[in-house]
Amino acid sequence: MAGYNNKLTHITPPRWLLAELTYACPLQCPYCSNPLDYANYKTELSTEDWKRVLSQARKMGAVQLGFSGGEPLTRADLPELVKHARELGYYSNLITSGYGMDEAKIVQLKTAGLDHIQVSIQASTQELNDHIAGTASFEHKKQVAHLVKKHGYPMVLCVVIHRENIHQMSDILAMAEELGADYLELANTQYYGWAHANRDLLLPSKEQFEQAEAIAQAFKEKVAGKMKIYYVVPDFYEDRPKACMNGWGTTFLTIAPDGVALPCHSARQLPGLDCPNVNDYSIHDIWHESKAFNFFRGDDWMKEPCRSCDEKAKDFGGCHCQAYLLTGDMYNADPVCSKSPDHGVIQQAIDAAKAATLAADEKPLIFRNSKNSKLMEHAHNPD
Amino acid sequence: MTLDPERPIKFSATHRLQWEEAQQKTVILYPEGMVELNQSSAEILKCCDGLRNLADIVSELELKFATSGLHNDISAFLEVALNNGWIQQ
Ligand code: SF4
Ligand code: SF4
Repeated sequence: MAGYNNKLTHITPPRWLLAELTYACPLQCPYCSNPLDYANYKTELSTEDWKRVLSQARKMGAVQLGFSGGEPLTRADLPELVKHARELGYYSNLITSGYGMDEAKIVQLKTAGLDHIQVSIQASTQELNDHIAGTASFEHKKQVAHLVKKHGYPMVLCVVIHRENIHQMSDILAMAEELGADYLELANTQYYGWAHANRDLLLPSKEQFEQAEAIAQAFKEKVAGKMKIYYVVPDFYEDRPKACMNGWGTTFLTIAPDGVALPCHSARQLPGLDCPNVNDYSIHDIWHESKAFNFFRGDDWMKEPCRSCDEKAKDFGGCHCQAYLLTGDMYNADPVCSKSPDHGVIQQAIDAAKAATLAADEKPLIFRNSKNSKLMEHAHNPD
Repeated sequence: MTLDPERPIKFSATHRLQWEEAQQKTVILYPEGMVELNQSSAEILKCCDGLRNLADIVSELELKFATSGLHNDISAFLEVALNNGWIQQ
């Protein structure tokens, strides 16, 4: 595989590897970042394939490793992969809904060398958690959080924030404190994948954001030194985009369940990238030579206003997936940027979400499951 | 949080200190993050074994690098380390 590396851009090695072991998941979160048509990708890499991928990426310098999915616990070979990762010197993180986790498994993974477990909780009450997850799971998740702590892992609690739970911010923080979280990730929903499809029902108003942020900020000061808080900002209410992936092909490498290597976990939806598969190429070749990983490296690809913008080294033009989803052209500036000629689409989205709140006949959330995945696929590609 | 000069200092059980061949650097690894250390910081943290206190660490490193007057630098760095949760007492 040659020809896409122009040798002009300095290529830094990957540092973070996200191993999406499977798209299988017993939960149905309506903001899931998996592709809408995930049900079409049925093949999964074998244990040996994953071990090869881990070894190759580690050799290049990857050190932070996330096992995610779907629900990674559905893979029976998880302890074996964790063990392999530990032997290679990775710092590994299990990103789980907690579903299917019990004390024996927690101990087994610890022995295998897992460094930490990130448990996601959907809300601070059973009713809302179970509604959003599409599965009764709240009490079990709390138990898992306790067990994670008990067995000496740093406990990372992750709550995705959106309109249905944002009013619970105070309770969510109190719950994190009660569970003894060492790290709390408050992730405002990013509107790709399923969250994009459900945006009218998930996007909070600016007032809701500001109120929730103020509560989180005050709490952050209160627990300083005890709990670290990662706050993922809601970029719809910013006027500059985030520096997506710390720069395309500079730091992050995602491997999808079927072995497709992605520069960002939602890059699969971008047209014409020809994302390579680890069954065909080594990680080294993928990182250095592939079309996909060289696509947005550097700034040759930029159009105006980014091309002549003095902030382009800060945010690299923002998120290409967001530009594509909202403007139809992935070469455009991320429309979150107030300099983007398409910036108006953000206000339209905010207005549409507000109208949906007020509408008498609110349409239902589309839950992430195989049936809906097939329906969505059909709606996008009617034959 | 301030450092107690008398009590022994221990590297955090929930962080990992590791030499990275690809970066030719010692790093601290923790959930979602990594800090790259310069050589002197790495040397200090390697001494935090839960047995030695500040004075022990200073004399150990002064001996190792055949120098003196490291007390202030080491104690300032350990203060930072404590506040970042990298070490405990
Ligand atoms: S976001 Fe929810 S549905 Fe999607 S993989 Fe995670 S737990 Fe499963
Ligand atoms: S114009 Fe482009 S490069 Fe400049 S701040 Fe906006 S998104 Fe970033």
